[in-house]
Amino acid sequence: MIQSVIEREPEAQQAAALMQVVMLGIGDEVFALNTELVREIIDPVPATRVAGARPFLPSVVNVRGNVIPLADLRERFGMPKTDATADTRIVVLEIKIDGDPVLVGVVADKVYEVTEISPADVQTTPRVGMHWNPEFIHFITKWREEFVIVPNMERILS
Amino acid sequence: MTVLDPAEVFRQEASELFDVLEGALLDLGLRPDDKELVDQAFRALHTIKGSGAMFGFDQVASFTHEFETAFDRVRKGEIRPDQDLISVALAAKDYIRALIEAPETTDSIIGDAILADLYRLVKPDNHADSELSTPPPPALVVRIGWQLHIEFDSDILRNGSNPLDLLDDLGKLGPCFVVALTDDVPFLDEMDPERCFLKWDVTLHSDCDRGAIDDVFIFVQDEMKLVCESLASVDMAPPLAPFEMPTGDSPVSAAAADAASQAAPQIEKKREEPKRADDKANATVRVQAERLDELMDRVGELVIAQARLSQLASATDDISIKAIAEEIERLAASLRDTTMGARMVPIGSLFGRFRRLVHDLSRDLGKPVEFVTTGEDTEFDKTMIERLADPLVHLIRNAIDHGIESTESRAAAGKTGIGRIEIAAIHSGAQVLVTVRDNGAGLDTARIRAKAEEQGLIAPGAAMSDQDIHQFLFHPGFSTAQTVSALSGRGVGMDVVKRTIEAMRGSIETTTVPGNGTTVTLRLPLTLAIIEGLLIRVGEGRYIIPLSAVEECAELSSSDERVRGRDFLNMRGDLVPFLRLRKLFDSEGEPDLHQKIIIASAGETRIGLIVDQIIGSHQSVIKSLSKLHSDVTMFSGATILGDGSAALILDVAQLIAAGQGLTDKPLKEAA
Repeated sequence: MIQSVIEREPEAQQAAALMQVVMLGIGDEVFALNTELVREIIDPVPATRVAGARPFLPSVVNVRGNVIPLADLRERFGMPKTDATADTRIVVLEIKIDGDPVLVGVVADKVYEVTEISPADVQTTPRVGMHWNPEFIHFITKWREEFVIVPNMERILS
Repeated sequence: MTVLDPAEVFRQEASELFDVLEGALLDLGLRPDDKELVDQAFRALHTIKGSGAMFGFDQVASFTHEFETAFDRVRKGEIRPDQDLISVALAAKDYIRALIEAPETTDSIIGDAILADLYRLVKPDNHADSELSTPPPPALVVRIGWQLHIEFDSDILRNGSNPLDLLDDLGKLGPCFVVALTDDVPFLDEMDPERCFLKWDVTLHSDCDRGAIDDVFIFVQDEMKLVCESLASVDMAPPLAPFEMPTGDSPVSAAAADAASQAAPQIEKKREEPKRADDKANATVRVQAERLDELMDRVGELVIAQARLSQLASATDDISIKAIAEEIERLAASLRDTTMGARMVPIGSLFGRFRRLVHDLSRDLGKPVEFVTTGEDTEFDKTMIERLADPLVHLIRNAIDHGIESTESRAAAGKTGIGRIEIAAIHSGAQVLVTVRDNGAGLDTARIRAKAEEQGLIAPGAAMSDQDIHQFLFHPGFSTAQTVSALSGRGVGMDVVKRTIEAMRGSIETTTVPGNGTTVTLRLPLTLAIIEGLLIRVGEGRYIIPLSAVEECAELSSSDERVRGRDFLNMRGDLVPFLRLRKLFDSEGEPDLHQKIIIASAGETRIGLIVDQIIGSHQSVIKSLSKLHSDVTMFSGATILGDGSAALILDVAQLIAAGQGLTDKPLKEAA
């Protein structure tokens, strides 16, 4: 008991510094999403197309009795469309839109792992060399010697 | 389990009592002679005082006490309640409410001012005129005492009341001579110590009035029989024995006073108190609204699961599975109806609130207005009732401020001086119609039109029906009022009405008779949670059309198809514009050979919707669309189908608007 309390001390300090993230791949990019945003990760389910919706929110899906929008980030980032593979997953996120929590599903080509990233590795967003809007990015960091994007989901989806 | 905060319970209870009190006071304004109303108000006040003190709301208790004291003369019939008095009493009620809801921020100065007003109004010398109009107070007859016969229900002890305490309280009114009647006390072996077998005869020597005696028993009045006779002065005899209360707790020791009972004067004229109108025998349970919502959610999920089961069952040949599926379908349907029924409350609770509004507005604007409600019993989903409150406030304000003319112009138009606001609710199929009607001047269609042209909302001289022109009233920022008053003129209120009603999937219709008033009708669905829908297929997608909007279904004949470039149909002589949903939804694949047409309506306009297939009816549990999809206009929500996939619910009103945009020109040409 006492030991666990003692052990937790340095852990808590580290938690302030480290950010727990889910690593997922969309197209060629790897994204790191804060685990606080992620509600669950599910296998693909049949989606219902919503006529007249914005192209990056083309459909809705039934997740545990809730009808939630399914976001297509490929469309948002101008990536080519692909078919679902055995690795395709839906990542259900809870984000804040105008202060209200909103559930939204994001199609990921692959979900790698849950890990921690350190702010020490944070790189500032380069102005050039990106084929999409820098507004969509919180920051860029390093993971397994690769650059990964920590996206600003609120901005991307609204 | 959550532990209920007792103060919260008191607040809830008090808020119901306030409604009773307010209703009684407003009624009293109309029927000042109705004694029952005064009593009703007093009962509510007294309970607020009692429970307020019990839950530590001392300020409430003391203020209410003062209020009661001041108002007592009304109860004694010495003063007729007039409008001024009612207004002050209402203010006092508001003050008590404020004391309960926000005791910290409520200044006692207000309370003192209200009490001063109240005392001024009820003081005989300051109120000579009203005194003159009433017959001399009957209180001049000196009452020397009361002969009481008290019988409690035998269960009274189990309910936590102690009759001896009540007798003690009676003793505080004046010297009492109490005789316990032991006739019903059984033998010892049959005696149940938890039951009360005693009755009492009490001779009370006091000049108190009947109300004071009733007050003593106010909390047990439903569990007892009280016979109260005034002692004629000639009957007055000095108390035979000094006032003496039985002290023991058991009926046996209490019976010790029996010896004196024969000597006590007995008056056996029984006069039962008339049964009060509100002693209804329907038992109710207070349930938190969230629990009902939760239950509704569960039932919604059950209905979805049941739909899946039915789908599976229809695909199998196993007769016993089919039987069970049907059984469950029936049970789920009745469970759904019961649950929805539990959420239904009569709309009268809402109407009651507006009486105060009308009363205040009519006083502030100096326009006498009579307020009439009908259909208070019409039941309606609770959440809908809450959401209706705001739109109705705006409609009523508007009706009084703009609709009803000033007394002078009414007289000039040869109308009665008193305006009339009528608010009614009635069921009509799966909808509820709520109407607000005034007998004012009616809408000035020409002026609305001029204003709409001025604001560039319509082209000058465009052909429009009166109904369409009146819809501009609900346009944001649209107001024909020349000046902005405290009440209206900014053009916000009607916009609120429209938005709220549309969000509830309702519609608004306005009819007006110049010089004779305006009627605004709100058409609303019975509930927000589940609708009967028609399941259709367009291309690969399945959609739901609310069945309430569907008028008829037909096959699209090839002759209709041949109507070139003009998207309207000839339905038995009427021209109906139609929309090809395949085109609207940008569906892939080839259209079905035999296209179907569904005639849907919203309000008075109709539209044909062309679909590939009509699958059948569907119980749709409505799931609202995400905020991220707030830009989607064609769909009002979504539901979950038997196979677990989501289907969108068409918003017929929006489709009609879209259809009119598409087909306005050909229609006009054709017309």
